Amino acid sequence: MKREITCINCPVGCRMTVELSDDGTFLSVTGNTCPRGAKYAQQECTVPTRTLTAVIQVPGSPVPLSVKTASPVPKERIFEVMQAISTAEVSLPVRAGQVILKDVLGTGSDIIATRSLDT
Amino acid sequence: MNETYVDILVIGAGPAGLAAAQAARESGIENLLVLERENEPGGILRQCIHNGFGLHRFREELTGPEYAQRDIDAVRAMGIPVECGCTVLSVSPERVVTCVSRTKGFRVFRAGAVILAMGCRERPRGALCTPGTRCAGIYSAGTAQRFVNLEGYMPGRRVVILGSGDIGLIMARRMTLQGAKVLACVEIMPYSSGLNRNIVQCLEDYGIPLLLSHTVTDIRGRDRLEGITVSKVDENRNPVPGTEIDYECDTLLLSCGLIPENELSAGAGVRMSPATSGPMVSESFETSVDGIFACGNVLHVHDLVDHVSAESLKAGHAAAEYIRGNRPGGETIPVCDGEGVRGTVPQSIRKGAAGPVDLMFRPSGVFRNASAVVENDGREILRKKAMIFTPGEMSVVTLKEENIRSLTSGKLTVRIERS
Ligand SMILES: Cc1cc2nc3c(=O)[nH]c(=O)nc-3n(C[C@H](O)[C@H](O)[C@H](O)COP(=O)(O)OP(=O)(O)OC[C@H]3O[C@@H](n4cnc5c(N)ncnc54)[C@H](O)[C@@H]3O)c2cc1C
Ligand code: SF4
Repeated sequence: MKREITCINCPVGCRMTVELSDDGTFLSVTGNTCPRGAKYAQQECTVPTRTLTAVIQVPGSPVPLSVKTASPVPKERIFEVMQAISTAEVSLPVRAGQVILKDVLGTGSDIIATRSLDT
Repeated sequence: MNETYVDILVIGAGPAGLAAAQAARESGIENLLVLERENEPGGILRQCIHNGFGLHRFREELTGPEYAQRDIDAVRAMGIPVECGCTVLSVSPERVVTCVSRTKGFRVFRAGAVILAMGCRERPRGALCTPGTRCAGIYSAGTAQRFVNLEGYMPGRRVVILGSGDIGLIMARRMTLQGAKVLACVEIMPYSSGLNRNIVQCLEDYGIPLLLSHTVTDIRGRDRLEGITVSKVDENRNPVPGTEIDYECDTLLLSCGLIPENELSAGAGVRMSPATSGPMVSESFETSVDGIFACGNVLHVHDLVDHVSAESLKAGHAAAEYIRGNRPGGETIPVCDGEGVRGTVPQSIRKGAAGPVDLMFRPSGVFRNASAVVENDGREILRKKAMIFTPGEMSVVTLKEENIRSLTSGKLTVRIERS
């Protein structure tokens, strides 16, 4: 099985072809110009993850609270995690770095505030 | 009217103004003031809640608000006054600055040096000549970003994005994650000016098609946008009949580039560059008007805030040196754009300047396996090879002190040479 992907690590944007076995195991990659491309291709074809950012409305604050996942979460769970974030309840004040949801949906990643909000 | 004297007055508390202020204080300037129009410092980064900032400067990946917070904290720790909710109205060539704020009314400052750090804004629809009716539902991508991230509401449900600049790509993902359907991202050029990272993580991740060499040829809707037509364009960017695609949508976001915000600079009589739409500056970021400096997006549009900070630190130091009466002397050598290059900053270098000096520019197209070449009076003094030069990424060549010492009269030219 073959998969085409674009390396995101630099502006060259190499188009790479990844060879996968039938069960999806990474076998080889071609088309990368440097080792960073190979590393990215392997990661992206085995456990793709993304850092998610979002905002949460906070009662009493005119500005919503911006948050992020403290570490990247599996790509296929992005929408579930967004849903969980949207139901989080937060009250003022908030400090940047404060944990808003611990270990969101068992992904091992916390949702943390990326700004402070005062009362 | 009473004038208050300050050594250095910084206009704008975005990353540029905050970095310049820190550098000026580090260089020993005590009497320093930052004026900011919004109610909070941080500039446009406050609405850029996504991550990817700070990899160069802090060696970690931060979100926009986190990056801004580092500078805000540093400025506070140094005790530099930042006055928010205060809009600067004018700057004169003699560095008399007028401003107005809700709490303190109209005031006049006289500054030893002024640092312009007002940032940029998006190209409005009028500047783009889009066809069709003038209905609601058409926003610039940055305005939509502000709605969603700072005001907390969604501008629409079915969205098409015109232009594939980074802000448009970021908003394609943001709107999708908030439950909107993004139908397509339409780009008139045969390449995107956005980062590969954003094309992959904002479009491909969500199956949003990127239509290169396409543009919007019709906009329909009476009160609210109802639909648009997109057509393929030929090499001369003219629509090709028979290639029309109709989309039903309630929102069109325009992401077609940024322009430095220079009404104040023009009023101060600062000479402007047609290539950057910003002031022309020397290697120490001083404009054509004595004691007025410029840095950040007001000078030229940057893709990375890390570069904004680095440049603004230099401008802040240079303004402090100016206050102390230390100014590089020597002949002024003009810096010009050669083939394949647009908008080189700085536009001049004084021979007595201390090195190194970065020459920053935008390639005018995509060049693979090419070299940036710096020439002085036709003599090559520096060459830098790269696998790719693209308009989406600012390029830099650095002149070392010995390069500057060796300059002869006549101009410096930066050009791109294909191999
Ligand atoms: C919508 C948008 C989204 C962007 N997204 C990204 C991104 O995702 N990543 C990235 O690296 N870069 C992004 N950029 C580029 C970004 O602007 C720069 O990286 C950086 O923020 C520029 O810093 P600055 O301080 O020059 O300008 P700004 O951050 O724009 O700050 C300028 C400040 O000056 C103030 N000001 C202006 N005029 C006056 C006046 N007359 N009186 C008083 N104050 C005034 C403004 O209110 C503002 O706070 C974006 C730009 C825009 C416009
Ligand atoms: S493989 Fe290497 S050269 Fe190619 S895009 Fe990735 S980082 Fe850049």
